[in-house]
Amino acid sequence: MRDDVRSKIQGYIQSNRVLLFMKGTKQFPQCGFSARAVEALKRSGAEFETINVLSDPEIREGIKEFSNWPTIPQVYIDGQFVGGSDILLELFQSGELAKLVQPKS
Amino acid sequence: MIEPSELLRMLQSAFPGGDVQVEDLTGTRDHYRAVVVSEAFEGKGLIERHRAVYAALGDAMRSKIHALTLETKTPGERGRRLT
Repeated sequence: MRDDVRSKIQGYIQSNRVLLFMKGTKQFPQCGFSARAVEALKRSGAEFETINVLSDPEIREGIKEFSNWPTIPQVYIDGQFVGGSDILLELFQSGELAKLVQPKS
Repeated sequence: MIEPSELLRMLQSAFPGGDVQVEDLTGTRDHYRAVVVSEAFEGKGLIERHRAVYAALGDAMRSKIHALTLETKTPGERGRRLT
């Protein structure tokens, strides 16, 4: 992955406390897994930003290499990779996600 | 696309002694659900477990499988919550 793509990704992650790389947008998710990720974050009370990887093919491939994770969506909280749709759902169901998304007081 | 038997074989060889189930969710051989129960997951978080499965599938994960829903448990965890 080119350095400028890597630093673009790092910039997104560092400037958004809760960040979802997804296919589509919050209003118009373009894939079932991305839609579920948006839903889980919303229901856990998270304030989050999204990056639509469909509008940036370099980010779409770069993020997979960056996080060593082959699928989209991907969630980052406080700069840390949290997981994909499955993990997000398990964290949501266990109530762990609601804690993770709370700003550190 | 990948045959369910092929996906099953890959996971079984990556998790010897484990219990593996695969399910073709859409009949198109590229949207799968896989349940892997293995002691190899002992003491590992979800990210590590899922990464281990992705590593076992290697290129198939990038080229042949569009979507893979995972459930990764240790034998102890499966016993407690029968899903």
